[in-house]
Amino acid sequence: MHHVSAEPPPFFHRGPSPLARLAFFGLLSIALMFADTRFRYLEGVRQVVAVALYPVQRAVQLPGEALEWGAAYFASKRVLTDENAGLKRDLVVQTEAAAEVERLREENGTLRSLLELSRRYGGSATAVEVLYTGRDPFTQKVFVNRGSDANIQPGFAVIDNLGVVGQVTRVFPSMAEVTLVTDKDQAVPVRVERNGVRSVFFGSGAGRPPELRFMAPHADIRAGDRLLTSGIDGTYPPGLAVAKVDEVNRETGQMFARILVRPLAGPDRSTHMLVLGATVATPPRPEEPNDGEPAKKGRGKGRRGG
Amino acid sequence: MADLFASSRPEEILRQANPWFILLTFLLGILANLAPGSGLLLVLRPDFLMLVILYWCIQEPRYVGVGVAWVLGLVMDVADATVFGQHALSYAVLAYAAEYFRRRVLRFPLWQQAPQVGSLLIACSALVLLVRFVGGAPFPGWTYFLSPVVGALLWPLLSVLLQRPQRPTRAPNEL
Repeated sequence: MHHVSAEPPPFFHRGPSPLARLAFFGLLSIALMFADTRFRYLEGVRQVVAVALYPVQRAVQLPGEALEWGAAYFASKRVLTDENAGLKRDLVVQTEAAAEVERLREENGTLRSLLELSRRYGGSATAVEVLYTGRDPFTQKVFVNRGSDANIQPGFAVIDNLGVVGQVTRVFPSMAEVTLVTDKDQAVPVRVERNGVRSVFFGSGAGRPPELRFMAPHADIRAGDRLLTSGIDGTYPPGLAVAKVDEVNRETGQMFARILVRPLAGPDRSTHMLVLGATVATPPRPEEPNDGEPAKKGRGKGRRGG
Repeated sequence: MADLFASSRPEEILRQANPWFILLTFLLGILANLAPGSGLLLVLRPDFLMLVILYWCIQEPRYVGVGVAWVLGLVMDVADATVFGQHALSYAVLAYAAEYFRRRVLRFPLWQQAPQVGSLLIACSALVLLVRFVGGAPFPGWTYFLSPVVGALLWPLLSVLLQRPQRPTRAPNEL
């Protein structure tokens, strides 16, 4: 293709050519991406820019919040009465369950003291609200309205009324980033409620069902089983609902069964969530044996915050 | 309204844009990108900041070029909590492409500019996809390419809005 040069004569040149600038900034971008994904060097820079951006982010939330407030103000009495009745009904059910829990906790405490086990649960919890869902189509994240002002730290588990939502991965002064359990390679150790079989739940990214990986084809897992956190990772407290098994494929000749699951909780179902504080006092990691024998780490390649 | 489009022919000579106006449009672009949304709205929403950058790279290459685009990309990276450099790279490439193609694009009326702009936007989205694949990200689905298409459809409207302040005053002979 022949075309007349679009460049001005050399004596009008100002600074390096566009191509040189593109090469410079392109390489810089790639270096930044590498530094960010591999080493997380740039969290400080991110914090500074995030603080500067916070007023802008709040400003764009305002119209939506005003609309919501207006809708709530003009909500019909009937809707409110219905909702109120429903909530009261729920409360009665919950009260019963809570009384049961109180009794069980006492019993559990007695048993644990008998067995001289340490107490496991006793963390704080912070109620948060979803500010907005992440806009990056490659990851599954939401932002909530409390951050280091409420002593939230990376690694804290986040739940809603249905089960585990995810865990806190970045904390800003007054908001926090929560990576959902459905994010790619996000791992949650779980056990089957029915029989206690342990496994690990792996997210697969947007639009794809999460799965239980590395389960033998004869593992006792059926469609419809509920999965609860097993608590062995020290991030999620035990006994929280995570997912329901959707489909189990046991193909002969395959090393592992293919088990697809459906997460129970999520920001598409609820906007109010609870950030659980450090719930488990993990003992210090034992010294790695350094006599040449490779230490076995049963962690998979799942990414963990904190 | 017809007059609005008719008077935005490419042959018309526009006045030089006020740098403060350019800055304001960048801010508005960021605001539009950060506005809350969910579901389909989020999938269809074009990258407004990207469109604004493209517009100024074509119209005012002396003010807005690769460097400005790159810095704005970093701001978007933080706002979106994406990998540092992802938006920056795509905006920088876009700015370079705009600088290369601007004389050609400006020859066409706005509605014919849209497909050319669309292919630029899609190319930049594909570049981001490629870079994220290298980082091990999953494929986000074909709906990923809907947002640049919507962006191209919005291009004529956006151009009209952005060039309004630079329009020469009407009927100077009347003075």
